[in-house]
Amino acid sequence: MSEQQAIPQGVAARRANAAHSSMFLRMLWRAAVLRRGRAASALLAMVVAAAVATAMMNLYVDVQAKLRKEFRLYGANVVVVGNDGASLPPDALGKIEGTLGRRGTAVPFAYLVARTANGQSVVVAGTDFERVQKLNRWWSVSAWPTAPQTALVGKRALPVVSPDGKAFDLSFQGHTIQLTPAGTLQTGAAEDSRVYLPMSEFLAWSGVRPSTVEIAANGSQEDVNAVIQQLTTALPAADVRAVRQIIEGEARVLGKTRATLYAAAVLIILTAALCVLATLTGWVFDRRRDFAIMKALGASERMISGFFAAEAVALGAVGAVLGFVIGIGIAAWIGRVNFNAPVVPRLSVLPFVMAGSMAVALLSAMVPMSLLRRIQPAVILKGE
Amino acid sequence: MFARLLYESFRRQKRRKLLAGVAITLGVAVATAMIGVATDVGDKISRELRTYGANLLVTPQEDTIDVEIGGVNLKPPSDGNFLSEADLPKIRGTFWRHNIVGFSPMVPVNTSVDAKPVTLLGTYFSKKIRFGKEETTTGVRTTHPWWKVQGAWPGDDSRDVLVGEHLAGKLGKRTGDAVEMGGQSHHISGILSTGGVEDDQIVAPLAVAQQVLGKPGAVRRIYVSAMTKPEDALARRDPKTMNPELFDRWYCSPYVQSIAFQLQEAIPHSHAEQIRQVAQNEGTVLSRIKGLMLLVTLAALFASALAVSAAMATAIFERRQEVGLMKALGAGKVAVAALFFAESTLLAILGGVAGFFAGSLLAHRIGRSIFDSQITIQPVLFPVILAIAVMVTFAGSAAAIRRAVQFDPVFALRGDA
Repeated sequence: MSEQQAIPQGVAARRANAAHSSMFLRMLWRAAVLRRGRAASALLAMVVAAAVATAMMNLYVDVQAKLRKEFRLYGANVVVVGNDGASLPPDALGKIEGTLGRRGTAVPFAYLVARTANGQSVVVAGTDFERVQKLNRWWSVSAWPTAPQTALVGKRALPVVSPDGKAFDLSFQGHTIQLTPAGTLQTGAAEDSRVYLPMSEFLAWSGVRPSTVEIAANGSQEDVNAVIQQLTTALPAADVRAVRQIIEGEARVLGKTRATLYAAAVLIILTAALCVLATLTGWVFDRRRDFAIMKALGASERMISGFFAAEAVALGAVGAVLGFVIGIGIAAWIGRVNFNAPVVPRLSVLPFVMAGSMAVALLSAMVPMSLLRRIQPAVILKGE
Repeated sequence: MFARLLYESFRRQKRRKLLAGVAITLGVAVATAMIGVATDVGDKISRELRTYGANLLVTPQEDTIDVEIGGVNLKPPSDGNFLSEADLPKIRGTFWRHNIVGFSPMVPVNTSVDAKPVTLLGTYFSKKIRFGKEETTTGVRTTHPWWKVQGAWPGDDSRDVLVGEHLAGKLGKRTGDAVEMGGQSHHISGILSTGGVEDDQIVAPLAVAQQVLGKPGAVRRIYVSAMTKPEDALARRDPKTMNPELFDRWYCSPYVQSIAFQLQEAIPHSHAEQIRQVAQNEGTVLSRIKGLMLLVTLAALFASALAVSAAMATAIFERRQEVGLMKALGAGKVAVAALFFAESTLLAILGGVAGFFAGSLLAHRIGRSIFDSQITIQPVLFPVILAIAVMVTFAGSAAAIRRAVQFDPVFALRGDA
């Protein structure tokens, strides 16, 4: 405390004029300023712990949404089909889009069996290519058709309809259409045996309306169930089905990932709290001489406890705020690196981090305090 | 004298040593558990991703195109080629057989019930397959885990069938009723719900469908569910253009493409292909989850390193007076530093060993409770973890030790440092 002897004149004068009520605050402030090194290391521990806790909590809350987006790559989780394979009413797609709003993508499909020039049967489908590209990203397409009278031909259908890659005829109920293969489609499933046309051309040729609408509904399982409910009420003439393969797979993998992340978050936050506890306990214990001097000067136990508690809480609060900002940064970085999208900062995490930091700080102040209270100030001041 | 100082330091300052030891143990335990989970999570999630079903489809090589809308086949049933059921166990003999979770052969047959056209699908439910000395169980209950049955699953050797829930509603059938197919009566053991085209079909043991079709031992396609490695540049290359060394590397990696290649080798006259919807997205989801766990593990390692070094720094800082006394009695800086480093090392080793076992237990627990399977910590990790523990403890103590040896003994003894 050699610094105290060298207080400049100006400061002494200012102190003399200051109100007495600010003594408590001044003690808090001077304690932090004079023992800069130790206070800084305690604060550092606090900030790091709060940052790690914030990042983990933020990640835990946000990872669900991030992973859900990845799971939507699996395609439709809801399918609307006409009863008994019949076409859907003309206004069905409009109604579905109205119900869905911005909560997902809906893609119509119409199917028929056409004959090739040499009499072979092939399934022809009409759809909206722009939406299919968004819904079924796993479709491996060599080139999407853009010009009129061009089609997307499945890999297995190609040798049947157009072995030489030239224009081919398809007929359906006496109507014939000439098409050129624009590109081939490979999925490894039923799509490989089909020929895909733009919906408008398909309709003009055959007059067959869409019988299936595949929907990728965003959000949690409850959100998807709500969409299914609403669609069922909106379309009494259709059958709305949940694609259980997709929904159950997603729920399972997501559940496991969240559980693992939760376990990791708990472990990490515990370790961080332990780190704070160790550092802060040492810091408070280290200041037993301040404690003894205050006591020797006649401060009540209550006043001293209050002082140390206030100090710990202030440290916790400052550490929590700084740590929160850094933690948001860490979470955003992880989001960018891993998901190519920043994790949205969640202010709702702040109260938890704040309360946790203060509680840990308070706890780590109280433990050494209860030890020190039993010791006579004289013993401490003697340096034993 | 040095050994005695060390011994006495541990004997007399049990509380402080215990505190530092606990911190190291906890830090090492968390680090071990997280490393264990992170190295194993890819495998575990890969297994969970199998709930999406088969990612490979094996069809006859000279296959005609399907004329199928909404699960209803519009072609004459006996059209096209078939695979042989007798070749199925060979799937268990392929290089990556341990990565193959299961497979289900399928035979769709157009038949009629009460004069209505109906698709009958023959498959394995949970069939015991013998290859060499190994016996495994496979079928749709493994490859299509989202299929739900109200009632009972039929036995693979029985003549019982499952009726899809939509079809059952249309036919007015319930569990326990009988359906008439191909001139024979079959008992309905349960109602099947899949959320897919099977809801409008009848699903029967493979032999029943083969009999209705009139082709014993015939299989139309095989769905294979395999754990794969996410696709990379090597996976996408054509095996025909590779040199032998590269080909070996490709062949011995569990890419979906190389497993397809091996399935084609195992089953004569077959063509195996990935089901892109499942196979392609699996890689994306898997790499995201693995990446996430890796970053989280880094955070855990960082937090535990910090906890250990904070505990060590505090423990040393508290002992300034001791340092002062030692120096006043004539100990040099080196002697003091050596004592502290020896203490830290001892603590790190003790804490490291305890922490490693606690961490292994923790990882085991996490594996059990979350994934219902074991997470084993590789014994190779033990020396690595121990070395990291010693290094982190050293690093944590170094700054504190440096400050401790620089104290002026007079101030330290007065308690003024």
